[in-house]
Amino acid sequence: MNLLNQFKDAKLCKQVLAELTAELKAPFRFMEVCGTHTVAIFQSGLRSLFPENLIHVSGPGCPVCVTHEKEVALFFELAKKDVILATFGDLMRVPGPDKKSLKDLQAEGAKIKVVYSPFDALTLARENPLAKVVFIGVGFETTAPTIAATLKIAKKEKVKNFFVLCLHKLVPPALRALVVDPQLKVEGFLLPGHVSAIIGVKPYLFLAKEYSIPAVIGGFEPLDILQALYLLVKMKNEGKAEIINSYKRVVKTEGNVKAQEVLAEVFQPCAALWRGIGEIPESGLQLREKYADFDAFQVFDLQFPEVPPLKGCKCGEVLKGLIRPDECPLFKKVCTPQHPVGPCMVSTEGSCAAYYKYSL
Amino acid sequence: MCLAVPMEVKSIVGDEAEVEVGGVKNKVRLDIIDERPEVGDFVIVHAGFAIRRLDREEALETLKLFEKGLNIELT
Ligand code: SF4
Repeated sequence: MNLLNQFKDAKLCKQVLAELTAELKAPFRFMEVCGTHTVAIFQSGLRSLFPENLIHVSGPGCPVCVTHEKEVALFFELAKKDVILATFGDLMRVPGPDKKSLKDLQAEGAKIKVVYSPFDALTLARENPLAKVVFIGVGFETTAPTIAATLKIAKKEKVKNFFVLCLHKLVPPALRALVVDPQLKVEGFLLPGHVSAIIGVKPYLFLAKEYSIPAVIGGFEPLDILQALYLLVKMKNEGKAEIINSYKRVVKTEGNVKAQEVLAEVFQPCAALWRGIGEIPESGLQLREKYADFDAFQVFDLQFPEVPPLKGCKCGEVLKGLIRPDECPLFKKVCTPQHPVGPCMVSTEGSCAAYYKYSL
Repeated sequence: MCLAVPMEVKSIVGDEAEVEVGGVKNKVRLDIIDERPEVGDFVIVHAGFAIRRLDREEALETLKLFEKGLNIELT
């Protein structure tokens, strides 16, 4: 459809890039916190067109990458139980304890099914009434409502053999954890369009109000990204810090209120573990008491195992934007998409994988 | 996995819509979308659920802005 294709229009892109370049008077360091932005910036070729003094840093925006090693160890323990583990495909190759992946466990006979949607995991439970189906719930605010909606249906239909291991993460508390770190030298944020489609503008206001950091909610087409960056640079030049929504065709100021309600009915905020960052208060979601029967933590009596961080892997520093993937000593030498050491090289949305695929 | 893509609504039955992008058809749930789409609308789809209806007017507005030259005034 041509209306949407126009957001890729090469001539317009060139024109906006020229305006951005003209506006850029000093080096400007921005961070995006969405795996889709990471990929879009590389895949569209924008990264190679950026003026030299526009510095792009990827933050903790890939849900697979930010899943903590203890959380990974936990779903490996679950895979060894008498259950069918249902998961998004992205988690299949994440290295766990003993360097094995879920794919390896699957080859060894563990019952692991890749699903496209949490709703498909529920269907799997309905089709296998004698089995216990556990869905690994990872993802940010875009994904969590789809799981909440699925659980509401499961409850209504009284499905007794469907469970969720909730490892969701929330973006704004992670941004807060990043900006209080004096090591982080980011002058503006490109905010994730589809997380924002759910939560709206308000949860980000603290960035501008409390930390004077400008931020722009951006879409994923080349023109969207360029426009957002232009606005960031312009705010810096004018000494302004605001939160601007430049993805209005999808993001309403108040977000998607219906999805927020479904989310709040099923989940409540809790502390969560982030790879490389550690525990961040109120940055995760746990099931409410009335959904306890679906809570894999409670039903299978799970505790986080003590596991050491992956040896040599610098994913933590990459996720905080402190180093570039190619500054990790293992990058390309030991760690490749075929033989990933860390999750940032596994997931197609991980920064290490994006660097490997598109850089130089 | 956070990928979300615009897809065109082809038909709606109850809480499910059939959507299509680039010739590929899919079924999506409508449980969490805030404005119920109509056939012909584009919706943003993530993990088998439609999460937002795409606002055509806003899309046109944004494009107009690009064509005029950005020069956006900050408020
Ligand atoms: S290159 Fe590999 S080892 Fe290094 S940070 Fe990235 S994923 Fe970890």
